[in-house]
Amino acid sequence: MTSASTNDIEFRSVAKRYGAVTAVSDINLEVPRGAFMALLGPSGCGKTTCLRMIGGFEQPSEGTVFISGEPMNGVAAYRRPVNMVFQHYALFPHLDVEQNVSYGLRQMRPRIASAEISRRAQEALEMVRLGGFGKRRIHEMSGGQQQRVALARAIVNKPKVLLLDEPLAALDKKLRTAMQIELQTLQRELGITFVLVTHDQEEALSMSDFVCVMNAGRIVQVGPPQEIYDRPASLFVADFVGKTNRIDATVDGASSLVLANGARFATPAVNGTKGAATVALRPEAIRLTRNGAASADALAGTVTHRIFLGSAVEYSVAVDGLGDFLVTADRRTLGDSELVEPGEKVGLAFDPNALHVFPA
Amino acid sequence: MPAATNTKRNLVTAALVAPAAAWLMIFLVLPFIAMLVFAFGERAPEGGYQAAFTFAQFANLPTRAAAFWNTLVLAPIGALACLLIAYPVAYYLAVKANPRYRLILVSLVVVPFWTSLLVRTYAWMYILGSRGIPNLLSVIGIEDVRMLNTPGAVLLGIVYGYLPLMIMPIYVSLEKLDRRLLEASADLGAKPVSTFFGVTLPLSLPGVMTGVALVTILLLGEYLIPQLLGGGKVFFIGNALVDLFLQSRNWPFGSAIAVTLVAVVVVILMVAMRIAFRVAGTRQVDLV
Repeated sequence: MTSASTNDIEFRSVAKRYGAVTAVSDINLEVPRGAFMALLGPSGCGKTTCLRMIGGFEQPSEGTVFISGEPMNGVAAYRRPVNMVFQHYALFPHLDVEQNVSYGLRQMRPRIASAEISRRAQEALEMVRLGGFGKRRIHEMSGGQQQRVALARAIVNKPKVLLLDEPLAALDKKLRTAMQIELQTLQRELGITFVLVTHDQEEALSMSDFVCVMNAGRIVQVGPPQEIYDRPASLFVADFVGKTNRIDATVDGASSLVLANGARFATPAVNGTKGAATVALRPEAIRLTRNGAASADALAGTVTHRIFLGSAVEYSVAVDGLGDFLVTADRRTLGDSELVEPGEKVGLAFDPNALHVFPA
Repeated sequence: MPAATNTKRNLVTAALVAPAAAWLMIFLVLPFIAMLVFAFGERAPEGGYQAAFTFAQFANLPTRAAAFWNTLVLAPIGALACLLIAYPVAYYLAVKANPRYRLILVSLVVVPFWTSLLVRTYAWMYILGSRGIPNLLSVIGIEDVRMLNTPGAVLLGIVYGYLPLMIMPIYVSLEKLDRRLLEASADLGAKPVSTFFGVTLPLSLPGVMTGVALVTILLLGEYLIPQLLGGGKVFFIGNALVDLFLQSRNWPFGSAIAVTLVAVVVVILMVAMRIAFRVAGTRQVDLV
């Protein structure tokens, strides 16, 4: 266990049960001070439960959540040095924008002078580029603006940790991308620890320093985004984070892999798997070659569909004996003139080290 | 073609609205106009109405000052007493009660309505009458307690009879209160008491206003409870009206009192709505 003071959030053997239903179990997680941590997983995986246990809206059935080294068992939400941006913002409809933002400041004891409160609220509103909107009613604001009000309302209190529950889910794609950058900038400026809950892997990968992938109430992998993407710890992670091709195979010997169609590869990364296995291969790790024959480290197939994405092209390739493969080709490496037509016979070349082998 | 469809649509609308409009016209607007006319007329020697134009009836209003005073004091006090009792009940039902039993508990609030208010108020006559609580008190040596026919008895009857009408609108507004707002308030450091006064209460004010307006307006026309529990000593405008119309057959004076009462109700409603608007800050204020 690392020294508690360097971690803003720490879960130790935390479980949460509702009656007979176990929401999360065996949660051990450390979020270093000033880090941006994303809890990523499909709906129902327990990520929101974890966030709510930090916020104090749920108490763990087992184990302890620490905030800045302090155990939080039995500490009410209003006593915790954290603030949350709620999924649907939960802004107070009976208060105007500035009153919403200053709500937390008005709760502080000893009391803060009202001139100081409005100065800080103004500052927070300017930070989210909503200066001059203070007197607006909440229902007069657009979704994106409400999102910023919720953000300002949380950061104005200078919390040790900012919790974000699917903060961008309700925004359209363009606005979402803009807010991703804004959130990242804000986090660096404030130096506050951020814990973000999302089911959107792109959001998790693009914004955070660390991603914690969860599934069925458990943590399956924690690491920097690149590590999660490049070295998924399980088939679930490989599948959930990014696109992946799944191939049935058998591990034969210490480092020899036989795919379902008989193709044999020498790969060092069999992860101690023996016998039946599933292999994951990223679509962008595959390179299409025009001289269709299968070579030592290539497969042969026929292009069935081409999906033109602008910056890249996705091909669906039917590989003999292995089913459909998804292949992503970068426009720059491929060249405009070299778009492969559906029906063409192609070879699929890849570095055997790009194959991730998991027990079937 | 569009013109024809429009005409058809207008006809359908007219057909749908007509019964209600006719009903209101015949039983509300026309009687009210008649009352206005009566109020400026004279009592015929044999009783009833006789055409005239005089303000004499309105000048005569002070003779019924006691009825106005009782009504205008006891109705708001009664509504306020209802509110003070109803709010915690509604809060418990909407927020604290186990959702599994909530429906049963809410229907228990409504059950008394299945029995006539007359019967229930009669029951109170016995409870408060000389063979009721005063009799029990005399057993332990407290003699000569009078409960029936006092303002207190009328107030008790009012609170008892109108409580459900106050509980329901408050319950509805608390029930649809977004729980996440309460979490957000706690998250921002508000203690439970601050959350109540900062979020729960302001957001339930439309319900409170509805309940207060509803109960107050109905109380202004109350006749039964003061008649039975006030026994002619604590009488409301409603009792004065019955008296004037049915006993002394002074229709013009009765009309003047009724018109004045309607004017008071309208003013109260307008003020209540204004307050509800300002506090809730939304246009979704349902009043009556």
